[in-house]
Amino acid sequence: MTAIDANPPRGQAVPDWLGQAHPATLLTAVFLLLYPAFASSFFTFQIGANALLMGTIALSLMMLAGYGGMVSFAQLTVAGIAGYCVAIFGTNGSGVMGLGWPWWITVPFSILVAAVCSALIGALAVRTAGIYMIMITLAIATAFFYFVRQNYEIFNGFNGFHGVAPPTLFGIYLRDPLPFYYLCLAVAAFFYFAVLYAARSTFGLSLQAIRDNPRRMQALGFHVAAHRIFAFFLAGLIAGTGGVLLVWFNGQISPGTVSVAGVVDVLVIAVVGGMRKPIGPFLGAVLFVLVKNFAIDLIGADRFNTIIGLTFLAVVLFSPDGLLGLWERFKAANVTASSRSILGRGGTG
Amino acid sequence: MKHPVWTAVWIALAALAAWLVFAVWPDWLVDLIGAKRIFVTTILNGITLAGLYFLVASGFTLVFGLMRNVNLAHGSLYLFGGYVGLSVQMATGNWLLAVAAGFLTAAAAGALMQVLVFRRMEGDDLRQTLVTIGISIVAADLMLAAWGGNTYQFSIPAVLDGAVTTPLVSSVRSNGDEVMIKYPLYRLVVLAVALAIGVGLWLLLNKTRIGMMIRAGVDDRAMLSATGVNVHVIFAIVFAIGAGLAGLAGVVGGSALSIAPGEDIRYLLASLVVVIVGGMGSITGAAIGALLIGLAEQIGLAYFPTYAVVITFVIMVVVLAVRPQGIMGRAA
Repeated sequence: MTAIDANPPRGQAVPDWLGQAHPATLLTAVFLLLYPAFASSFFTFQIGANALLMGTIALSLMMLAGYGGMVSFAQLTVAGIAGYCVAIFGTNGSGVMGLGWPWWITVPFSILVAAVCSALIGALAVRTAGIYMIMITLAIATAFFYFVRQNYEIFNGFNGFHGVAPPTLFGIYLRDPLPFYYLCLAVAAFFYFAVLYAARSTFGLSLQAIRDNPRRMQALGFHVAAHRIFAFFLAGLIAGTGGVLLVWFNGQISPGTVSVAGVVDVLVIAVVGGMRKPIGPFLGAVLFVLVKNFAIDLIGADRFNTIIGLTFLAVVLFSPDGLLGLWERFKAANVTASSRSILGRGGTG
Repeated sequence: MKHPVWTAVWIALAALAAWLVFAVWPDWLVDLIGAKRIFVTTILNGITLAGLYFLVASGFTLVFGLMRNVNLAHGSLYLFGGYVGLSVQMATGNWLLAVAAGFLTAAAAGALMQVLVFRRMEGDDLRQTLVTIGISIVAADLMLAAWGGNTYQFSIPAVLDGAVTTPLVSSVRSNGDEVMIKYPLYRLVVLAVALAIGVGLWLLLNKTRIGMMIRAGVDDRAMLSATGVNVHVIFAIVFAIGAGLAGLAGVVGGSALSIAPGEDIRYLLASLVVVIVGGMGSITGAAIGALLIGLAEQIGLAYFPTYAVVITFVIMVVVLAVRPQGIMGRAA
């Protein structure tokens, strides 16, 4: 009884979930909601929306790698599958395929196809682990790239599809900077909290336990492979939704979108941000998008990949946990520094 | 004979293959799958491409077999060796010098990577993978800066250039003359180089003292170290050989096909798939995998061009479904 009384309700004015949220979370939420008010439409669309949607795709990798211990290179491929489905089943301006389904069928269907493909990739990949899984998913991603580049009947080969537009809802064209930013924000926030929730669910906990000790979980009667494949399915839902946003953002999709360079970009984003917490991919995406847009002004467009590669190398070499790890080390160093100074004062005084 | 049924099936398949290659095709078969000339050329292309893939993948699998390092910059080493060889050939006009330069510079780059990177993160697979990806991104961009985005081709020495007439009959003319199939000599040279290197690697691993150490290192690194062998030197040598093979393949392959940005990824994929199919760390596996993938790619390209990549992929899926460790791989 005392335990309950010790924490009396603070009154109905502030809902419980809001009171529990970390101040930093609230600040970030307010900032993200108000961001378009002081950002130009370039910053809203090219930086804000782009970072949010790339972060969403990288979030699916973070979920697999961070909670499942499975590093998949095929997340952009899954996103690309959704993007291609949107172009193929919906409408596009390339004159190939474009079955013209309404968007409210095309979009969920595309995401579902992507998730099923992700589960299939998972079914193949979970037969192995560690570097083997990296190699297999990389091989799948590369094979998909070469396949769509060669296939002209369905995927329109090298040219891909252009003129893929999001719908107009209630008179609002979704690709305008402001609506598109909020759409990306809503999707990103939804999946961010969904991943946080899933990580604490029974499934999430058993997935993490499988990551730590698959043999013990198997002995306890858990179906290890099924858990991993289901994780791939969920990650496919996230990556697929990100892929729909990606194809709307670019207005087109081509083999270049799902090229190995792009596949590696997603990994760079997730690793640079940090794969321990769901916020990591979004941090990485913001940095990546900023560098991608402004490194050109600083060093010219030519050697952009060298900068990206060196940044990536520096992060991998010096902070294996990415920006998140850097931040945590900084915090830990501060704490020990202050406690040391307190101890020091106590010693001399 | 342990499996009489399977043996019979294999013998029948081999006989069918031999008949397809050596016999003059009847008209109904030509109607069914096209001219014999195309078929035989496709098979030869597949086998010679397999030779090239083996050169690249054997280095990849050697490094993996001993050190458990997945070197995702292996394709970059291929391209780097090719470009350096190209520059050497442009400067000296000597193709053999180009081959040597490709091997040596890639070997040096590999040894440098082993000393500077891999030695610092032994046993940390994921970080090694990530670092090699970073290296390959930077390397691809720097090579683009140094050699530009053009497609280059080596000029092959005159001795190796031209076509040879193979002893294979493609068809019989109405006057009774037999038409023989011609095939580029250089591609056969590639195959011969691959065979020589394959045999050389096998001898090195199985018949020499250093090969004994390498094999011991695969099984128990700590024990090998305890017997007084300097494991670091062994690792650096193996890495140099593996990387050098990729560089050599860059020149040899660049002469048969071409050298251009993006080839690094193509050959990385080829080595990945070959090694996944054949089994990691096995030279024999690399040979079998290379043969399967090379043939599948060329047959696919000739008969169903759109789905060529898919065939490669299907082979990978089937092998993984039956044997997750690859055809010649040992169960983990």
